[in-house]
Amino acid sequence: MTTAANETEMTLVQAVTDALACEMRLDDRVIILGEDVGLNGGVFRATEGLQAEFGADRVVDSPLAESGIIGSSIGLAMNGMRPVPELQFEGFMGPAYDQLCSHAARFRTRTRGRFTVPMTVRVPHGGGIHAPELHSDAPEAIYAHQPGLKVVMPATPYDAKGLLIASIRDPDPVIFFEPKRIYRAFREAVPNEAYTLPIGKARVVTEGTDLTVVAWGAMVVEAAKAAEQSKASIELIDLRTISPLDEDTILASVEKTGRCVVCQEAPLTLGLASEISSLVTERCFLHLEAPVQRVAGFDTIMPYYKLEMEYLPGPDRINAAIDETLRY
Amino acid sequence: MPITTAYETRIDHVSILDEHGVFDETLGQDLISEDQLPAIMEHLVFCRQLDEIAFKLQRSGRMGTYPQNTGQEMPSLAAALAIEKADWLVTCYRENTGLFWHGLPPECILLHWMGDERGNHIPAGVNATPIAIPIGTQMLHAAGLGWAEKAKKTGAIAVTFFGDGATSEGDFHEAANFAASLKLPVVFCCQNNGWAISVPSSVQSAGETFAQRGISYGMPCVRADGNDLFAMTKVMKDAVARARAGEGPTFIEAVTYRLRDHTTADDARRYRDAGELETWEARDPLPRLRRWMEAKGLWDKSQHEKAMKSGEERVAEIISNAEEIAAPDRSEFFDHMYADLPASLKRQRDSKRTTSLGQFPEDLA
Ligand SMILES: Cc1ncc(C[n+]2csc(CCOP(=O)(O)OP(=O)(O)O)c2C)c(N)n1
Ligand SMILES: [Mg+2]
Repeated sequence: MTTAANETEMTLVQAVTDALACEMRLDDRVIILGEDVGLNGGVFRATEGLQAEFGADRVVDSPLAESGIIGSSIGLAMNGMRPVPELQFEGFMGPAYDQLCSHAARFRTRTRGRFTVPMTVRVPHGGGIHAPELHSDAPEAIYAHQPGLKVVMPATPYDAKGLLIASIRDPDPVIFFEPKRIYRAFREAVPNEAYTLPIGKARVVTEGTDLTVVAWGAMVVEAAKAAEQSKASIELIDLRTISPLDEDTILASVEKTGRCVVCQEAPLTLGLASEISSLVTERCFLHLEAPVQRVAGFDTIMPYYKLEMEYLPGPDRINAAIDETLRY
Repeated sequence: MPITTAYETRIDHVSILDEHGVFDETLGQDLISEDQLPAIMEHLVFCRQLDEIAFKLQRSGRMGTYPQNTGQEMPSLAAALAIEKADWLVTCYRENTGLFWHGLPPECILLHWMGDERGNHIPAGVNATPIAIPIGTQMLHAAGLGWAEKAKKTGAIAVTFFGDGATSEGDFHEAANFAASLKLPVVFCCQNNGWAISVPSSVQSAGETFAQRGISYGMPCVRADGNDLFAMTKVMKDAVARARAGEGPTFIEAVTYRLRDHTTADDARRYRDAGELETWEARDPLPRLRRWMEAKGLWDKSQHEKAMKSGEERVAEIISNAEEIAAPDRSEFFDHMYADLPASLKRQRDSKRTTSLGQFPEDLA
């Protein structure tokens, strides 16, 4: 593959680092805080080299306290800064929940616009990396359910950079989930310059006519594998943003295909797949040839890693759903 | 006098067998019986071996991420020596020595880090909670466990362990406050090992000590050499006695050091000074105790060799027990979700599907 002079081949995690570096060069208000983000460059190395370039005042190793990290980021954001806090794993969002949902999500509306919270909370997301307990969850629906927060999740290096910069520039709080299972899964050419991709806009990964598959994060890769194995013509949609949802792209696709399978790592019940299913059922009812199917994690606690692949949907389960939907 | 002293305090630092081998006979008297010391030494040798082998298991792909305990053996062992079988150990992940002494089968710890939840099924009669992965959360459970003992008037108590980093979490402060304000039979032990992954303990607190964290909650606080089994045993015994007497919690800071990487997923050379590591290697608690015991005639080279050999055999047996256990059933993770599994979950378990068409194939006609 040839790479143009103004782009670089990189992994998703490198694209995150690159986005942070680009935006920090352009905007002095951007600061990073979190556990181990400084000299150590974060446990996934997403902030590698940033403290060396921008100093310890802008890339700050905070005390070990998620509520503290988010609560103080809210104050920073309300007072003219652009904090990009990192929470080390999605499983440790618990202590930050109150600050995210009771405060970050509400300041704009409860002060009628006097105070806003332009912060971007970076969080590695999801399972499949053989990690210990509480390092493999998929809590995106919890935060998408909270009005006032935006929730973004890229599935490619190119999207990661463009969406992260867009999130940092967004005037409202964004939770930026990074699918850690594909942090280093593949590389692609990413422009060296800063660029943005619109929040709230899905991507059609492959066009097809028989059936629409909707996925996000690491599930996009699993769904693409399934689509490749399938004999049917699959239209694969990568949501890229979970909240607000790109309803138009989903609906246009299902109007065309008449069939829809949604894939998520998270537990089935009340997940995003359920929301998409009801959206499609309500708005595409007359186009549907089969009931919308949800391929999801089970309604159990995410098991430890010996059994995590039994829990996480893979191409087999996705393809079974595709076949059944086509046969219906 | 318009300005007077509202409050003044002092925090003791306790050392009994120091790093130069000097033993304080007054403080150290009758703390640990000489008869018990060889068994303690054997236990320490075994735990250190298991810890080092666990590292190798991870490196060879036979185990997941593992946090080594090496260098931090004494604080939890001292607690286990100071408590009774009915008392609780509510720990983090660097307390293997104490947990094993308290009766936890070492296989449990290995299974946990091998990604097998059956490792958390602690045998009945062993009053210990599973490894706490979310930092700083377990101390509140210790408060509740101790509270229940108080309510049941059993006289049993709870000892909880956590790191320096953990004291930054809000839950820690709530636990300390609950325990002190409700006079619960709890001992708080902070293993200050200098680091929270790559972050030095100075980031966690601008205070001089971690021990003083307890002051604002109104509990007695003490600092001890965490690499000194005798000092740790003394402060533990005092704290346990207070708790048992209904006088409420104590806060202990054990000053120690993580001699290895944070976990097998970490590389401490990225952020830690080699000189600092060397200084602490010289304070390694095991050789310190061994030298002293040898000088006292309580241990000798041949006993050590014997301990090494039997330790190796035990480690090998424990590893094969953990590795040769039958694989968990594919749907084992459904089994303990609720006392009664709801119908929808049974359907998911039996069909291995979440799709309605997969669960009700008759709908496919
Ligand atoms: C709530 C929470 N946040 C972050 C982490 C990730 N993490 C695991 S261990 C650790 C550092 C813990 O430091 P300390 O409490 O000092 O214990 P030590 O590892 O030094 O024994 C961090 C940040 C976690 N497990 N839980
Ligand atoms: Mg520590």
